[in-house]
Amino acid sequence: MESNLLTIIYLIGSITFIIGLKMLSNPASARRGNRLAGFGMMIAIAGTIFLYKHEGEKLHNYIWIFSALFIGAVIGRFSAKKVKMTAMPEMVSMFNGMGGACAALISLVEFNHLSKELSYTGGGDISSVQPTVLIIVLGLIIGSVSFAGSMIAWGKLNGTVKDLSFKGQNLISLFILIAALGAGAYLIYDPTQSIFVYIILVLSLLYGVMFVMPIGGADMPVVISLLNSFTGVAAACGGFLYNNKVMLTGGILVGAAGTLLTILMCKAMNRSLRNVLIGSFGGNKAAGAAGGKEQGAYKEISLPDTAMVMSYANKVMIVPGYGLAVAQAQHICHDLEKILADKGVEVKYAIHPVAGRMPGHMNVLLAEADVSYEKLLEIDEANDEFKTCDVVLILGANDVVNPAAKNDPESPIYGMPILEVEQAKTVIVNKRSMKPGYAGIENDLFFRPKTSMLFGDAKKVLQDLVSEIKNM
Amino acid sequence: MENILNWISQNEQIIYIVVLMIFVGIEVIGRVPSVLHTPLMSGANAIHGVVVIGAIIIMGKAETDNYLALILGFLAVVLGTLNVVGGFVVTDRMLEMFKKKKGN
Repeated sequence: MESNLLTIIYLIGSITFIIGLKMLSNPASARRGNRLAGFGMMIAIAGTIFLYKHEGEKLHNYIWIFSALFIGAVIGRFSAKKVKMTAMPEMVSMFNGMGGACAALISLVEFNHLSKELSYTGGGDISSVQPTVLIIVLGLIIGSVSFAGSMIAWGKLNGTVKDLSFKGQNLISLFILIAALGAGAYLIYDPTQSIFVYIILVLSLLYGVMFVMPIGGADMPVVISLLNSFTGVAAACGGFLYNNKVMLTGGILVGAAGTLLTILMCKAMNRSLRNVLIGSFGGNKAAGAAGGKEQGAYKEISLPDTAMVMSYANKVMIVPGYGLAVAQAQHICHDLEKILADKGVEVKYAIHPVAGRMPGHMNVLLAEADVSYEKLLEIDEANDEFKTCDVVLILGANDVVNPAAKNDPESPIYGMPILEVEQAKTVIVNKRSMKPGYAGIENDLFFRPKTSMLFGDAKKVLQDLVSEIKNM
Repeated sequence: MENILNWISQNEQIIYIVVLMIFVGIEVIGRVPSVLHTPLMSGANAIHGVVVIGAIIIMGKAETDNYLALILGFLAVVLGTLNVVGGFVVTDRMLEMFKKKKGN
């Protein structure tokens, strides 16, 4: 009776995951979908604690289990509630790493259990445990790579880990991966060599680090999405191990959906996955090639001039980008909008779908700063309105306004729809320096006669701009 | 070779689930708009937290004097719960922003 009940609970859990994921891919139902999947998870966990039977016996060690659940839930909830909107991707990466570590730990404990049993029976019947060892090794490798990779991605996003790439890095990474797989294969061949489980662990962790290390910070969302699907597969390995259907469905579902999502994200940014994963090299080369082309001089504009131009304009369009997100300048950006509106200037925002390099990033950021929804224009609306604008203020966006996407078939971003800011009378670009943007390519826009550069950190510049306009 | 074939027929059900779930996973998010990529990633991230069930089973079946299993299992349950709770809460917060936007 009880085990039948658990089967039904797991079935419901699996169905909520599928429906939840489906609802998550539609804006109108996304939030309910997330809560539905959360509910399914809750009953699956509760069912496991109270109804699961191992060899006819109920689970014990309840005090340990509940204190661990309590600690995890409190820390998880607290950090998820406290995290700033701009730091969301790194938080997701962190949680993903925790899931990977959990899967790796399960493999470690299960292998230990197995090798104890093997030593009781004198290592007699190896062939019957080999499939189990295979699953354990897979879970260990994938979970560890996901954990180490996610931690590096987390460090990169919050700025503690710098990009690092050296010659032959891909080759060394590949070698480490092969070594890890080789050690895994050997352990499956001879499960009594339990020292190999730790060798696999170390090599996999190392590979996770090496895998993410050379990839640029702006590509991290794609990498996190990929590692996310890894963790899904690692979780499914646990499902295999315990013949647990809800772990299996949940894990494989995320593994498959995560892989597709990774590809979709790359597509939205008009890049290939391969390009992202070994992109640090391709990117540099592209920058070098474009840099070799003779560029004209760019002109700078001073803060007081910018303040003047903007406050006497009829209509200003703000184009936010990654620079705004990094500087966390969304609130002060809203202040600028308000103070300009007080002076009778019409202010709108042009939102490129992949601005900020995390799809939907700008919508979330500006919504957090209470910018009203009607002021956010999507790419097509914005392109219709640019010609009526006196000033376009670009805040740390680069590739999404790069005319090369329209007129240079050689460019890696050729074909990506861009915001056609040049239709406006004046374009002011705020950037920290003349360094090329995320795709590593020069932007002609900065050298056009209509364009003026306003260098500095977006937040600082906007603060100064607001006080300048106030004092006018 | 025979081992592998045996194993496949023993685990027929599971293998069916895996194959079908791959298709379901791909089908279900096939038409997601790009603004939802990040919340969807985060939601999927929470769902793979289901791995915590494995960690709970480890702890629940460990003998009370098997400290290695208990300590590693404890750690695994904490981390897995972090993944589940944190994942769902972060996703909910992201989507709350979208809702607010729509309401205005």
